[in-house]
Amino acid sequence: MDAHASSTTRRDSFVPRSLLLSDDDVRRAVRRMAHEVVERVRDIESLVVLGLQTGGVAFADLLADVLADITSREVLRGTLDVSFYRDDVGQRPFVNSAASSVPVDLSDRLVLLVDDVLFTGRTIRSALNALGDFGRPRAVQLAVMVDRGHRELPIRPDYVGKNLPTSLSEEIIATVQGVWIGTRSEA
Amino acid sequence: MTYLLRHGLLVGPDAVRVADVLVREGRIAEVGDTLDAPAGATVIDVEGCWVGPGFVDLHSHLREPGREAAENIESGARAGAVGGYCALVAMPNTEPALDNVALVSYVLDKGARTPLDVAVAGAITQGREGRHLAPLAEMAALGVRLFTDDGTGVQDPSLMRRALDYARPLGVRLAQHCEDEALAARGSMNEGVLSSRLGLVGRPALAEELMVMRDIELVRLTGAAMHFLHLSTARSLALVSAARRDGLDVTCEVTPHHLTLDETACAGFDAHFKVHPPLRGADDVSALRRSLRDGLFDAVATDHAPHAPELKDRAFDEAPAGMLGLEHAGALTYEALGSEQCDPVTFFAVLSRGPARVAQLRASDRRVRHSAHGGALVAGEDANLTVFDPRSEWTARRDQLQSRARNTPYDGRPLRGRVTTTIAKGQLVVHEGKLQ
Amino acid sequence: MITSIRGRNLLTLDELTSGAILEVLDTAELFVEVNQRTIKKVPALKGRVVASLFFEESTRTRLSFETAAKRLSADVLSLAVASSSVKKGESLRDTIATIDALGIDAVVMRHQSSGAAHQVSGYVPHVRVINAGDGLHQHPTQGLLDAFTVRQVLAERVHAKGSETGQDLFRGLHVLIVGDVRHSRVARSDIAAYSALGAEVRVAAPGTLLPACLDGWPLSVVEDFDEALEWADVVGVLRLQRERGTGSFVPSLSEFTETYGLTVERARRLRPSTIIMHPGPMNRGVEIDSAVADLPSAVIERQVSNGVPIRMAALYLSVTGTPEETTL
Repeated sequence: MDAHASSTTRRDSFVPRSLLLSDDDVRRAVRRMAHEVVERVRDIESLVVLGLQTGGVAFADLLADVLADITSREVLRGTLDVSFYRDDVGQRPFVNSAASSVPVDLSDRLVLLVDDVLFTGRTIRSALNALGDFGRPRAVQLAVMVDRGHRELPIRPDYVGKNLPTSLSEEIIATVQGVWIGTRSEA
Repeated sequence: MTYLLRHGLLVGPDAVRVADVLVREGRIAEVGDTLDAPAGATVIDVEGCWVGPGFVDLHSHLREPGREAAENIESGARAGAVGGYCALVAMPNTEPALDNVALVSYVLDKGARTPLDVAVAGAITQGREGRHLAPLAEMAALGVRLFTDDGTGVQDPSLMRRALDYARPLGVRLAQHCEDEALAARGSMNEGVLSSRLGLVGRPALAEELMVMRDIELVRLTGAAMHFLHLSTARSLALVSAARRDGLDVTCEVTPHHLTLDETACAGFDAHFKVHPPLRGADDVSALRRSLRDGLFDAVATDHAPHAPELKDRAFDEAPAGMLGLEHAGALTYEALGSEQCDPVTFFAVLSRGPARVAQLRASDRRVRHSAHGGALVAGEDANLTVFDPRSEWTARRDQLQSRARNTPYDGRPLRGRVTTTIAKGQLVVHEGKLQ
Repeated sequence: MITSIRGRNLLTLDELTSGAILEVLDTAELFVEVNQRTIKKVPALKGRVVASLFFEESTRTRLSFETAAKRLSADVLSLAVASSSVKKGESLRDTIATIDALGIDAVVMRHQSSGAAHQVSGYVPHVRVINAGDGLHQHPTQGLLDAFTVRQVLAERVHAKGSETGQDLFRGLHVLIVGDVRHSRVARSDIAAYSALGAEVRVAAPGTLLPACLDGWPLSVVEDFDEALEWADVVGVLRLQRERGTGSFVPSLSEFTETYGLTVERARRLRPSTIIMHPGPMNRGVEIDSAVADLPSAVIERQVSNGVPIRMAALYLSVTGTPEETTL
């Protein structure tokens, strides 16, 4: 049996109820966020876009593509896996890890973390810890496709694709193909 | 004391019948269909139970002198009594070994203070070192009828031949622990595919069989009598059976553990399953069981081998070999004989009458203060009786043993059949499964 | 069979499915990346205590495990057995109870007796036990790092990451294991790992250095060593365990070298792509010639460096995982 096939990811048990954003909506939102980034960040050369494994990676790629398009410059991009930095290891279903790939020493860089859904904030806390092992960034900003509320830590995104107030029993799945709301099956 | 065993199934040497047994002044006073209880008699209802001659163990390591932390004669006798034993043969691998008259007398004296009869097997060689003969004649004069270096076999064939030549005119029997140490060296379980996978050095079946072959030929050469201890392979037994057909005076025993456990028990590296000879494969176990039912074994003997707990908590290859046996032997023999299919005549043949014959305990011996064992259950015999309830269902528990040691491999195993009453030398020693 | 070592002991590879093995290999690949960083440390086992109990000294394995534990931010308790009460005849149960009383989450254990790690796992069921080599039985992390190294090398040749190739590169792979199989826990773990992953395993050894019984083992014994060398994609040379009395199993070391040593002449029969492995420490000039050990196709140093990420993966999965529904 393949190791990945045997793992329980949260997506396996997701039962979608309705589509909230289409793929076009998602692209428009990312494009808007890219413009906000350009407005706020003066030196795009120092920017490193890091997608959080695994849900943030596709958004980070899309965002970096759009940024490169708008600014006509190369945008450094990479991935960050926070499995080994979580403070709730052993308390939650085991999620398969994926590799971190940080293209440069982050010292004096502006790091833009990108994730699909911002929820409790614990993943971002872990990511901030992880970043420290790759250098000392000048500043760190956060872009998320969906902010669904229910923060457990004092963390606030800099760029938001869509604010979606949710109940705790609901699940959000955000991909570049669209955003769905639904519930998690007990199966 | 007077006891009336009411409505039990009396198991004679050849047949069974329901009857009452009256025990008075150390003897069976009367056997009959419905006896009146004399005044003052304790009446014990044993309906549905088997009543037979008290069990006799040919092979008990009582550890005294030298390793009293594991067991002593008194605790070993208690363990034996709850297991239904009325006589135990104490093995000589104590520290120092029972290789002279003084040490044998010491054990006999201690044994006489227990409710059971404790006989002694003397060492064949001095210090069980396999080099010089021990004073067999002096010990024989004291009443010793079995000699062995058990723990190891006598490795030197020339010395073994000399021992057999010397023993023949004394009318005693030599008993051999059959394992060629050169072949079995450093092994801690049966050699085979499992030992190879587990990375444990094996003791090959051939190490046992080779010595069985050798000793059969030595018996053929010398005409002496020989007993083969704890045979564990089908081939060993076949060799002994063939020798018997040739008219040689050879007897043999099997242990409860070789009848009820196989080598797969070692897969968890629990040293409680380490024993010499080792637990064998399932094929050998079923062959041994068949042979037991067919009456090819003279005795089931426990090889009761107590060890202090900390020694069994060592690594498998560093832990000592051996396991407890006295307290579960009845139930395990019942299982090996097929449970519901178990023939009570065979049951008492291998647990009492056979071993009593091998150990020459059939008649009482005033020199060593022994009563007679393995009788036919007729009036006038010494009252050594065991009552076994084949309906009883219970579970072996490590923390419920009379032995000082705890190294039973059967902890948690469901058992069928239990000794409820032991009358040894006319005294009620165990009643309703409990020591009196 | 065990389908994942998450939250479980790692005692033997005999009972692991290919999926369980691949999970460790894939996780180790992530730790390779961590080991390439300037700061080679993640907080995955922060606040956890890993005891390293080496009843049999092995500086290399011990360092590898302790480095792995420290790179996961675990606290490492290291028992110096030579100066401890173990030598005074203390039982395994008492030794582990003493260490456990200090509050530990995992124990990494090396012992000269087969099965010692199994026994300890029974004495302290709440502690995760990682077998770092027990007698002649198993050395699971060595088997895992050998498989990991083979996949890494083969994947590089097709410009892929090992994890992207999954089990594919092992299917039908010809693995030849040479030398003292009888006394080798490494061989037992290697055979289990390679065969679970779909490789074809053959062993070459003098009759005395084969296990007493090979019935049912997933391997065949080669008749002609020289021919087998041409057949092999991977040659795993085993250390001749002289400290275990192997000396009396062969007439002389020179005869062993003559018949089963990987000499320069023999190595000429190997294809240039054939991977040469040795678990170390090598008896140069006995089971392997110095010049052969230094060939480009020899990956002996890479085996050593892969030890740390494999052991990080084993500790991480075993200590932080939960063992639900992971057996077949």
